Amino acid sequence: MLDINDLLNTLEAELKRVIVERGLVDPLMIGIRTGGVWVAEQLHQRLGIRDELALLDISFYRDDFSQIGVNPNVKPSQLPQDIKGRDIILIDDVFYTGRTIRAALNEIFDYGRPSQVVLAVLIERDGKEIPLCPDCVGTSIKLNAGQRIKLTGPSPLSIHLQTLDAVA
Amino acid sequence: MTENIQLNSEGKLKHFLSIEGLNKTLLTEILDIADSFIGMNDQQIKKVPLLRGKTIVNLFFENSTRTRTTFELAAKRLSADVLSMSIATSSTSKGESLLDTIRNLEAMFVDMFVVRHAISGAAHFIAQHTSPHISVINAGDGQHAHPTQAMLDMFTIRQVKPDFSNLRVAIIGDILHSRVARSQIQALNILGAAEVRVIAPKTLLPSHVESLEVNVSHDLTSGLKDIDVIIMLRLQKERMTSALLPSESEYFKCFGLTEAKLKIAKPDAIVMHPGPINRGVEIDSKVADGPQSVILKQVSNGIAIRMAIMAMAMQKQGAVG
Repeated sequence: MLDINDLLNTLEAELKRVIVERGLVDPLMIGIRTGGVWVAEQLHQRLGIRDELALLDISFYRDDFSQIGVNPNVKPSQLPQDIKGRDIILIDDVFYTGRTIRAALNEIFDYGRPSQVVLAVLIERDGKEIPLCPDCVGTSIKLNAGQRIKLTGPSPLSIHLQTLDAVA
Repeated sequence: MTENIQLNSEGKLKHFLSIEGLNKTLLTEILDIADSFIGMNDQQIKKVPLLRGKTIVNLFFENSTRTRTTFELAAKRLSADVLSMSIATSSTSKGESLLDTIRNLEAMFVDMFVVRHAISGAAHFIAQHTSPHISVINAGDGQHAHPTQAMLDMFTIRQVKPDFSNLRVAIIGDILHSRVARSQIQALNILGAAEVRVIAPKTLLPSHVESLEVNVSHDLTSGLKDIDVIIMLRLQKERMTSALLPSESEYFKCFGLTEAKLKIAKPDAIVMHPGPINRGVEIDSKVADGPQSVILKQVSNGIAIRMAIMAMAMQKQGAVG
């Protein structure tokens, strides 16, 4: 089974490499609620990011509003007022269809035009539906039909592989 | 009134016509979602894409500034296309019936009507007769209800005093003509306020007032004791058909909120007013503009609460209510 610390170590190393490679200056880290924030809290500390961790709730930007409606548990996003020209590290727990990231990017750009955005996720799984992909991953996995991966946290942070039958 | 016309088959909001018939969970959900829309004020582009491609018609058969503009702004911040129609410029003045007006607008592929009308029940009537995919929001009907105003008031109260179960709320003034007061009383009782007290001269209270689950006082001085939230109502001169009051100055003397009277309430009491204010009639300027007043906050909050209600009413349009 996947070990959370191994994944975080890999992701941290990957991010350090990409920060140099892309020349990120004083980056702002943004975690996507809820799992992404938990992962971001760890990385924020490990990388010694200067600015406070920013939090993004994408509920108002989802593309399935007409099917599922407003998430009643939506929380306000907490981003700095001016992100124009900033280098951003965007963190999520699992990259799956890519739709969450599309919504997140749309929301971020409504706060201002960043200089660049790097996407880091703990786990990339198969099943992508739009042409986006992460820059840094803790690991990439293939799941069987009906399987899904879920992060629980924030402490302890752990990864669970579920089959949909068991969930239902 | 069939209470469930407001909800779809899954119990979700479809029309928002009255606080009556809605439960605490739903009202709390509206307040919670509005909270998140407040956060949007930090965005450079103050818009979310939730209602992109939807068309909302503000149908105002009665004058309004605050309500119409905040509904319009709320719709625009949800990325909807908005049309604001007022009676003076519409063909109803040429004799078209209400239903014909609605049918014509429906033919233009409208998704939501926001309705203000001088006749009680107008929004409900439209909701009953409009196409199933259309949502109707009541922006004030006669002396019946003004539910979005009540919700923005609840939202403003909760921002300052989060626990309704501890709150004693006084609603003061022209209860008789006030659709706002009716909706506020219902909302406060559903949300579990400790006490709702109405303070007014006998001539400005409806005859069945006790049945609204309120305590009644006819004296402002004794009535303000232990109060956490003071809601002043506008003296609705335009609706007064008989001599209900000796004079405005007499009214101010007895029921006008002054700094001295405000001191009788709890020291951290907040002062609210749905607007427009008659300064020197129901409220002294020093109180209206004073540190305990949250009147302008109410106006700002009107945008977020209307965004929440419109977004919730527009979800799952396909489901038949």
